[in-house]
Amino acid sequence: MPMQGNYYEPEIECASREVMRYIQSQKLMKMVQSCYDNVPLYRERMDAIGLLPGDIRSIDDVRKLPFTTKNDLRDTYPFGMFAVPKRELYRIHASSGTTGKQTVVGYTKNDVDVWARCAARSIVGVGGTKEDFVHVSYGYGLFTGGLGLHYGAERLGATAIPVSSGNTKRQVQILQDYGSDILCCTPSYAMYIGETVRDLGIDPHTLPLRAGIFGAEPWTEEMRREIERLLAIRAYDIYGLSEIAGPGVSCECYLQNGLHVQEDMFYPEVIDPNTGEPLPDGVYGELVFTCIGKEALPLMRYRTRDICKLDHSPCECGRTLVRMSKPRGRTDDMLIIRGINVFPSQIESVLLELGMDPNYQLVVDRKHNLDTLEVQVEMTEEMFSDTVRNLENIEHRIEAALQSTLNIVAKVRLLEPKSLPRSEGKAKRVIDNRQF
Amino acid sequence: MQIQQLSIFVENKSGRLAHITETLAAANVDIRAISVADTSDFGILRLIVDRPQDAVKALREAHLTVSLTSVIAIGIEDQPGAFAKAMRVLADHSIGVEYMYAFISRDEGRAYVILRVEDSEKAEAALKENGISLLSAEEIYGM
Repeated sequence: MPMQGNYYEPEIECASREVMRYIQSQKLMKMVQSCYDNVPLYRERMDAIGLLPGDIRSIDDVRKLPFTTKNDLRDTYPFGMFAVPKRELYRIHASSGTTGKQTVVGYTKNDVDVWARCAARSIVGVGGTKEDFVHVSYGYGLFTGGLGLHYGAERLGATAIPVSSGNTKRQVQILQDYGSDILCCTPSYAMYIGETVRDLGIDPHTLPLRAGIFGAEPWTEEMRREIERLLAIRAYDIYGLSEIAGPGVSCECYLQNGLHVQEDMFYPEVIDPNTGEPLPDGVYGELVFTCIGKEALPLMRYRTRDICKLDHSPCECGRTLVRMSKPRGRTDDMLIIRGINVFPSQIESVLLELGMDPNYQLVVDRKHNLDTLEVQVEMTEEMFSDTVRNLENIEHRIEAALQSTLNIVAKVRLLEPKSLPRSEGKAKRVIDNRQF
Repeated sequence: MQIQQLSIFVENKSGRLAHITETLAAANVDIRAISVADTSDFGILRLIVDRPQDAVKALREAHLTVSLTSVIAIGIEDQPGAFAKAMRVLADHSIGVEYMYAFISRDEGRAYVILRVEDSEKAEAALKENGISLLSAEEIYGM
């Protein structure tokens, strides 16, 4: 094991279970006090069940706390769940979405540093060092992908190359000319970059690139092998969500055997999504995080809707950090398209705003290794016109609205009325043809 | 009375044209002229029929999207230059043509052109003024 002994913060990453539990307990107590004092929703919920901050004495008491859902963030949009005054905010990020679905997250200076440390640990875990050029092809902006890895690389003392996404030939040129060592992007974009490398007649073995840190969308072992073959690198899965921090909440180590959770900052539980009861290691359930290491948005038992299992056994890499399995699905209907979260209901509200028929269907596919979304809308007499131009204008108007409000590129297809299947119960809105 | 054309939205998949024309056949509707405009996703089927209102009723009952559009029909000699003359009249009056389609009459030596223009009344006046014959709705439906 060539990289044994390479850690960013070994005293945490390789801590004994007792030490970790002590750290977690201290942080949890502090966090719950802050939530009770500063977040009205949490005070209300704790009062309702007769729970006082003093009742939380160790990390085991986390299960006494109420759950938090994405709806809570929406209901208190934009800043209702923040536990610090505005002047202490250092950074804002947001998930994609219309006003109804968007969630805004805030960070104090300390929170940004916590997140950067977690991203730095992730980079080191896959074999990164201070010497490395870290090529970041995640989008920069409100999306947490770009800046998350960027700060991680800088925190480590490596060199961040903020390429952002798009312009794939230039990505390849930078890989070649600058000699990037580690590539960070979505796995589907990694595939695309890999194919472009091949199309340009470049032998990937001649590139210095040796590792990739890929996340923000689900991907399979098959896809990992394909990326590794195309780019002649090792490909690692990183996990994160803006509500908790961003990429770096957990990440695989070089052994590619589960994602190490930065559990001194984000305490994970896996619960039965129906009963809310915690599940033991090895049993699949809904992943829940408590942000014990954060100040601005210290969420309690946040339900991620991701389905995975935990493994507390020590890893051969030397880390004792609990490992989560690759998420294998979600408990809701959220789609992740090119790394952007999309709920069918968001698309529905865009369609209804434009006066379209509420009967629609979403077809998601992966073509040339990029996710594609087709929005199928039934034609109505009101919008029908006898010229092709007018109908194409309708399609383009919907496409433009989806792009501007949801930041997604979709192809709109008009269908004949009553051509979509009707259902008595929950309509089948989504056909996902992607293979994960 | 202006000529009413049926415009029908057609998804681009096999069997749709058969379905639509069978629906019309069942309603005993006779088709006078037909044209299809298409894109990669969908098409618009345009029809002139003998009984437009009955046709619309039957098509709607079959859950099809259909609308009626006013068009004009001109009758010209089936010889070189006749159609060009009509187009010149429209061009000189700055009347744009959205689309058109033609068919040959049963009468020897005559051709008909269905025109969808921006301003039907203005087009009719200009064409009449220049000696181009316009067909009435009754003439077309009763052919």
